[in-house]
Amino acid sequence: MSEDRRIRVLLAKPGLDGHDRGIKVVARALRDAGMEVIYTGLHQTPEQVVAAAIQEDVDIVGLSILSGAHMTLFRKVKNLLKENGADNIILMGGGIIPEDDIKELKEKGWAEEIFLPGTPTDKIIEWIRKRVEKN
Amino acid sequence: MRQETERWRKETYPKSKERDVEFNSVSGEPIKELFTPADIEGLDYLRDLGFPGEYPFTRGVQPNMYRGRLWTMRQFAGFGTARESNQRYKFLLENGQTGLSVAFDMPTLMGYDSDHPFSEGEVGRCGVAIDSLADMEILFDGIPLDKVSTSMTINGPAAILWAMYIAAAEKQGVSSDKLRGTIQNDILKEYIAQKSWIFPPEPSMRIITDIFAFGAEHVPQWNTISISGYHIREAGATAVQELAFTLADGFAYVEAGIKAGLDVDKFAPRLSFFFNSHIDFFEEIAKYRAARRIWARYMKEKYGAKNPRSWLLRFHTQTAGCSLTAQQPENNIVRTAFEALAAVLGGTQSLHTNSMDEVLALPTEKAVEIALRTQQIIAYETGVTNTIDPLAGSYYVEYLTNYMEEKAEEYFRKIEELGGVLKAIEKGFFQKEIADAAYQYQKALEKKERILVGVNEFVKENETLDIEILKIDPKLEEEQIARVRKLRESRDNVAVREKLDALEKAARGNDNLMPYILDAVRVYATLGEIVQTLKNVFGEYREQPIF
Repeated sequence: MSEDRRIRVLLAKPGLDGHDRGIKVVARALRDAGMEVIYTGLHQTPEQVVAAAIQEDVDIVGLSILSGAHMTLFRKVKNLLKENGADNIILMGGGIIPEDDIKELKEKGWAEEIFLPGTPTDKIIEWIRKRVEKN
Repeated sequence: MRQETERWRKETYPKSKERDVEFNSVSGEPIKELFTPADIEGLDYLRDLGFPGEYPFTRGVQPNMYRGRLWTMRQFAGFGTARESNQRYKFLLENGQTGLSVAFDMPTLMGYDSDHPFSEGEVGRCGVAIDSLADMEILFDGIPLDKVSTSMTINGPAAILWAMYIAAAEKQGVSSDKLRGTIQNDILKEYIAQKSWIFPPEPSMRIITDIFAFGAEHVPQWNTISISGYHIREAGATAVQELAFTLADGFAYVEAGIKAGLDVDKFAPRLSFFFNSHIDFFEEIAKYRAARRIWARYMKEKYGAKNPRSWLLRFHTQTAGCSLTAQQPENNIVRTAFEALAAVLGGTQSLHTNSMDEVLALPTEKAVEIALRTQQIIAYETGVTNTIDPLAGSYYVEYLTNYMEEKAEEYFRKIEELGGVLKAIEKGFFQKEIADAAYQYQKALEKKERILVGVNEFVKENETLDIEILKIDPKLEEEQIARVRKLRESRDNVAVREKLDALEKAARGNDNLMPYILDAVRVYATLGEIVQTLKNVFGEYREQPIF
């Protein structure tokens, strides 16, 4: 990736859940760290998230889910990215997600990394930078 | 006094070295090293505090507070299908809980049936799925509705779920005038913070005033709204913001009721509140005391309420979910205990204590039991219930109560300048204030200006969680979907169509919507069908995302 292109991130709240405190804090922290941040707002379908990710030509998509619907939603977004030939877009997430489910999400390749409440935003920024560089 | 304090501050205090930290409240307000009578010089006991059960109710809404009756221990619960939740309610009632509190799943909160495509993966996950009266009947099977009081956390579709509750009670032979409980029904805080809305603000306010009017006539013991600061705080607000925005919402409902032609003394006694109890002990206690005093004054002086019951601010409290940590989750038991104690010292009428595992998943039965026991220990062992408002007269507590009142007044003026609560929502004012506060809090944690035990200090390397986590069986979603589909086949669909058409017509006119909704519910129209009927008339709300 060239030096002059800023990292582009799409942050999305898929599903019906409205808890958007975490995602907004992360959105602002990523923006303050010099990334281009697009936030979809609430109540997005997986189709809407993937369409926005492709249209905005992002490097990475972050899903925030606290409602317990994470297994369904990550799977759907991941599959839609593949179907649309956009599998190079990195998928990460955060929210209230039990450890066992995180393991499963990673094993199945539905999410590369999950950040739980209490994660310093610096850690997320660092992870994104390293991961995007690898792409 | 002032001079002497200054002298002490200059001469004596510097002799001891201060820790090198910022002394701020959890909301970021600076806290002085010492409070003295000079900090509450203008305080007039009779005018500003008065006696418990008397205007301005700073010291509590009941004359005898917990010497008369303890607060209602009301654990918020619901998951899976109606049957699972019914069993949890029975478990809680057997263990000494005194009221029920229903948590609905996301599709129910947003007005979708379980088989709607948007509901996929969400059914029964963070609450119970209720699609129709049939589910409501199962939810309260074997629980006599004239004997318990039930709180239902429902906002966008509050009128519909309330109608289902009333109809389920009818089936048990219990008339609506015997029902006791609360529907949250606070749509303003949904736009501001919690974000489970359906319709735009104007029609939402009409539905709410219809509920006020219907309740005053037919369900007189029911709290027709619970004006909620809880979610405003969870979204990142400070204590002052929670206080100010919640009361501003309350004023907006009162004004809407008056504008709809209702007598303020007819509906105001049934308004109730819901606050958060965060970890900063004194800030929370002061918040509740200030809330009571401000509300009483506005209701009496600004809105002209004559019935003293209209002046009372009664409130439910939940300990702060956002204060809990996924790291070292057992510590959350301790946090919750302090937060619950603050709520009790602040004079709450009802309390939910969070379970230690709620930052990871819905609580297990074991975790809920500890949370309930926490309340029982405060109630029966600590002795804090023996006298009323024991912290009154503390220089710090009274100073802080006054301070929070002043800061809330500043916000009221700002909201007024923006054209009122609805206009301020449209302009994103609350949303921006809250997002700013949340971000500052996060920054303070990351810079270690604020210590969070187990998160940014006293961290265990390679921590492994060894507490049990509640799993929701994905089969429950399939079962629920099958049930709602079967219901649509087996009920009288001609009657359903008729009732929904009548409701749509009423929505286009000015009739009170409650009787029409009740009629539709009684013939087993589903939540999704009723909501869709109203969406045809009212449309849907969309927000401008702000971060």
